[in-house]
Amino acid sequence: MSQLWEYAPAPESRDIANLKPSYKMFVDGKFVEGSGEPLKTINPGTEEVLAEVSTASPSDVDTAVKAARRAYDRVWGRMAGTERAKYIYRIARLIQERSRELAVLESLDNGKPIKESRDVDVPTAAAHFFYHAGWADKLPYAGYGPDPRPLGVAGQVIPWNFPLLMAAWKIAPALATGNTVVLKPAETTPLTALVLAEIIQQADLPPGVVNILPGAGDIGAALVEHADVDKIAFTGSTEVGKLIQRQLAGTGKKLTLELGGKAANIVFDDAPIDQAVEGIVNGIFFNQGHVCCAGSRLLLQESIAEEFLEKLRVRVSTLRVGDPLDKNTDVGAINSREQLTRIQELTAAGEAEGAERWTSSCPLPDKGFYFAPTVFSGVSQAMRIAREEIFGPVLSVLTFRTPDEAVAKANNTPYGLSAGIWTDKGSRILWAAQKMRAGVVWANTFNRFDPTAPFGGYQESGFGREGGRAGLEAYLDV
Amino acid sequence: MAAAPSTSPLAPLPPALADAVRDDASLRRFLHGLPGVDQVGVEQRAAGLATRSIKKAAKMWAIDTAISMVDLTTLEGADTAGKVRSLAAKARRPDPDRPDVPRVAAVCVYPDMVATAKAGLEGTGVHVASVATAFPSGRSIMPVKLADTRHAVEQGADEIDMVIDRGAFLSGDYGAVFDEIKQVKEACGDAHLKVILETGELATYDNVRRASWLALLAGGDFIKTSTGKVSPAATLPVTHVMLQAVRDWRDLTGELRGVKPAGGIRSTKDAIKYLVAVHEVAGPEWLTADLFRFGASTLLNDLLMQRRTQLDGHYSGPDYVTVD
Repeated sequence: MSQLWEYAPAPESRDIANLKPSYKMFVDGKFVEGSGEPLKTINPGTEEVLAEVSTASPSDVDTAVKAARRAYDRVWGRMAGTERAKYIYRIARLIQERSRELAVLESLDNGKPIKESRDVDVPTAAAHFFYHAGWADKLPYAGYGPDPRPLGVAGQVIPWNFPLLMAAWKIAPALATGNTVVLKPAETTPLTALVLAEIIQQADLPPGVVNILPGAGDIGAALVEHADVDKIAFTGSTEVGKLIQRQLAGTGKKLTLELGGKAANIVFDDAPIDQAVEGIVNGIFFNQGHVCCAGSRLLLQESIAEEFLEKLRVRVSTLRVGDPLDKNTDVGAINSREQLTRIQELTAAGEAEGAERWTSSCPLPDKGFYFAPTVFSGVSQAMRIAREEIFGPVLSVLTFRTPDEAVAKANNTPYGLSAGIWTDKGSRILWAAQKMRAGVVWANTFNRFDPTAPFGGYQESGFGREGGRAGLEAYLDV
Repeated sequence: MAAAPSTSPLAPLPPALADAVRDDASLRRFLHGLPGVDQVGVEQRAAGLATRSIKKAAKMWAIDTAISMVDLTTLEGADTAGKVRSLAAKARRPDPDRPDVPRVAAVCVYPDMVATAKAGLEGTGVHVASVATAFPSGRSIMPVKLADTRHAVEQGADEIDMVIDRGAFLSGDYGAVFDEIKQVKEACGDAHLKVILETGELATYDNVRRASWLALLAGGDFIKTSTGKVSPAATLPVTHVMLQAVRDWRDLTGELRGVKPAGGIRSTKDAIKYLVAVHEVAGPEWLTADLFRFGASTLLNDLLMQRRTQLDGHYSGPDYVTVD
């Protein structure tokens, strides 16, 4: 971009986050010190410490599960749906009331740009509670029999890419169906889940209905293994998902997994080109590419490949990378040094394997974890950057000649979470969507999330659905 | 269908485009071969870009740039010489208390008011723009439209804002619209031609894209959204589509053509959203009055009030700027 018109910095005030020096875990309706080693959560945009957070030990997991069981047996499991709905609506409204605080805190702790936490994460989190509140007294009409019963205590483990939103995806359907919850937020992003705990306290939920335990993977494992948990819901890496499934085999616990992805975005030659460019950019650079359903593989029809790539590079070079709190930032910080290293390692492998690398020349801040938007062209199916989930702002571009070849390449992955189809031809959308092995197929758009639409994967992307009527099944005894 | 375009284009077109205007059938094939516009996508992008937060020095720059891009417009049946004279005075010195405020780009009037506007703007560098070709409906015969244009040019108009025959366009008679624009362009002589597409009547973004290319192929120096007499007038997504057209035209020919949204842009906030779109959709080189204009009557005063707010640190109110 030229220097003709430099946008002045427009940072959102970090005071709005009401950041506290220390945060405690939430068990049985109270904030208590955990007996685990406290962790320091940092701002990935600047690498400074934000707050100290107490973490759970395995014995705290047991206390929390017992509290959840008590709450299930005595109150929540037997409460009328109309009454549960009131609590859930209250949570939704409080999220809206505290939306600015949550958005700023999310950007501080996670590194995502404020425009995304403000316009996507927080409103969608509220929407999930509103939507599921509506189901609480209508479960007999959900298609799971005249009086579907809850499962009991749900153990939930969520990732760092959408900390608040993933908590909402997990907690809202569990509460609506009458389950109680023990949730473990990700180690690097515990803060908004703990503010959600404050909201749950504010909403006057009975003690023990929701318990939130910060901690590392060992606490997740302790929760998964706990004998009195009836259901495990996990969102995260395929590697950990496989471990969990192995652990739960034969226990009778119900399991849903939402894991990795390597989604293909297929652009046919009759696509609305300008909007397709926009959609591809949104598909891979939204949330720094830290999206399990990110459109990380672009499949371009050869007849338009060159022209399209040129337009794509021009567009990507206008992305503004930097301070997550600046309202004009398009791409924020990578969530952790560990993740940044992984992205660097995989992009180096892409170069070593002979793909052509193009990286935006945008300026990057001196401090913090940043990675400039990168597009690899000349990628083949055999390369690591076409097969492995990079989980960063890196797009791999492949080409195809015929629709059949496009579908074959799109499906040629052990994953199957999402896919995108770009064409002006309605019949081709329907044809391709039927052939695609992916839980979500977007047509002429990408990364749209709505609580009414079920979300989930095929194969190594996991099983079970979240959202919509189908998502209720994961928390009902059916 | 009208006769095939008879004369060769004014400036030589690159081979791909020269073929496009060879005859009616080629023109139709070319326009219908342009990539489609996805309505949801373009509206989403326009709304997303409209959330840019422009503050401090960037805002001050935007306000001054926007003032310099205003085509100060009066297009009423009730226009009088007195009204046009005072508008010319406003154009010369938008904020009498602040001589450093840039002048607007042009004053836009009906053809019979061109001489009056010209006299009021002598030596200022502010252009006189005149609507022509049976503005706003465009429903007249070609000789009348051409006479309308020639009259305005003879009276001293520097710029002509013509309307296209939307009826011909919507019935698929692209050749007729092409011929019409080309003939008006010839009648303009040295005056710059802005082609009003009246996007509110074209209804679809695909049509806006086709009409934009048609106007560019026929030699329009600017493509303009609206007359201001039809609702909706200018919108951000429509302007996005037109900015994409001039950007693609530049990529293909190396030539820079302009865009003018007109009608409905009333506030500084709105104007800044348009400038952000110019900056990020077409590119920074379009951020000049030679390539981007606002057709507006009330926008200027809001820009002046916001400019004062920026400099004085407080809002002054509408009584501190002149009404015309």
